[in-house]
Amino acid sequence: MTEPALLIEELHKSFGSLEVLRGIDLELAEHEVVCLIGASGSGKSTLLRCVNLLEPIDDGRIVLRGEEITARGVDVNRVRRGIGIVFQAFNLFPHMSVLENVTLGPRKALGLSRAEAEQRATELLRRFGLLDKRVDYPDRLSGGQQQRVAIVRALAMQPGLLLLDEVTSALDPELVAEVLEVIRELAAEGMTMLIATHEMSFARDVAKRVCFLDEGVILEEGPPEQIFGAPREPRTQQFLQRIIEAGRL
Amino acid sequence: MIAEVIILVTALGLAVLRSLPGPVFFPVRALAIVYADFFRGIPTILVILMLGTGMPALDIDWMPKSQVFWAVVSLVLVYTAYVSEVYRAGIESVHPSQDAAARSLGLSRFQSLRHVVIPQAVRRVIPPLLNDFIGLQKDTALVSVLGVVEVLRQTQINEAAAFNGTYYLVAATLFVAITIPLARLTDWLVARDRRRRQAGGVAA
Repeated sequence: MTEPALLIEELHKSFGSLEVLRGIDLELAEHEVVCLIGASGSGKSTLLRCVNLLEPIDDGRIVLRGEEITARGVDVNRVRRGIGIVFQAFNLFPHMSVLENVTLGPRKALGLSRAEAEQRATELLRRFGLLDKRVDYPDRLSGGQQQRVAIVRALAMQPGLLLLDEVTSALDPELVAEVLEVIRELAAEGMTMLIATHEMSFARDVAKRVCFLDEGVILEEGPPEQIFGAPREPRTQQFLQRIIEAGRL
Repeated sequence: MIAEVIILVTALGLAVLRSLPGPVFFPVRALAIVYADFFRGIPTILVILMLGTGMPALDIDWMPKSQVFWAVVSLVLVYTAYVSEVYRAGIESVHPSQDAAARSLGLSRFQSLRHVVIPQAVRRVIPPLLNDFIGLQKDTALVSVLGVVEVLRQTQINEAAAFNGTYYLVAATLFVAITIPLARLTDWLVARDRRRRQAGGVAA
């Protein structure tokens, strides 16, 4: 039995009196891609933010490759360097060019020299077809380009785990494909990823396992064929029914 | 002018202190708040009078006796309070998701402030910052209450000697001559930033 890349046990998180996560248990093996699906407000984003230590948790624990990262006294900056996260709204730095956006983390958090960071950034930007945009500022780019830059920014830290938080939800439909293509490529390379998404067909394609979140718990999980083909829980069936009616599956 | 540089730096420090989160920093935040309330509450002229006449009168060896020095200190104290509030508004206007993005890359709280939050905050508050500096420029006239000869006092002397009101016009022109270039400089800074962000291809 090999050690899991990520282990979440009995995770609880409340905002005031609202309990958003009510006991999440989840395990990710190395190179595994897991998709989180569920209605808005079911806790997908909060779960990802907790894993990246952007939200303090109330109870439970998160273990990353054997290290309990939610323990007291853990250097959160060091932990975050090993975990990439890409946000729904891109969150690029508007006062920096694409190249500066991508090199900021490696230079300041990893201590790379400007030349090393730029070399690493240039390679990644070239690979994802963004090299000609490197001196542009984010406002000039399309949504799809911005989100690809955000993914490159996360990859420049060479993370061992990538969290994607509804990365296509803020995009125009015709721009979704280019971003999903990048993620498929990463999955094929063996990147360990935890993905919150509303793109069901993408989840079916790329995920090894799909978890259905409902009211702060993982109600049902399994391989995509099972979740999408023969969901057991009535809530899951209901959710998927609504998705099908909306023409998104 | 020296005062302005000092104010820019100290006020930013104060604004940062006030934005520190968590109970650990409560005393620091409280001090910063008390400071801002205090020096914004007292009329500038009163601070100048108190420090300008009071401090030299204390006759403490190592302290400068110059009234000009204490007048400048007074202006710095008062304007630091105002400018720190301007900065604070700027810092709070930067969306928390920017800080989250920076922290998610493993940057420390300070690095995130330094490279992501403050650069955006400062760009947004350049116009109100200039407002305060024009105010400062004009408040140098208050120093005359100490008997220090600045523009206004010199004008009064000339006016009294020659019985000629146009000296006031000259003084007014002098003030405007300083503030207008400052205003254009601000416009230029703002426009340059906008150009940079929207037009691509500028070598960065």
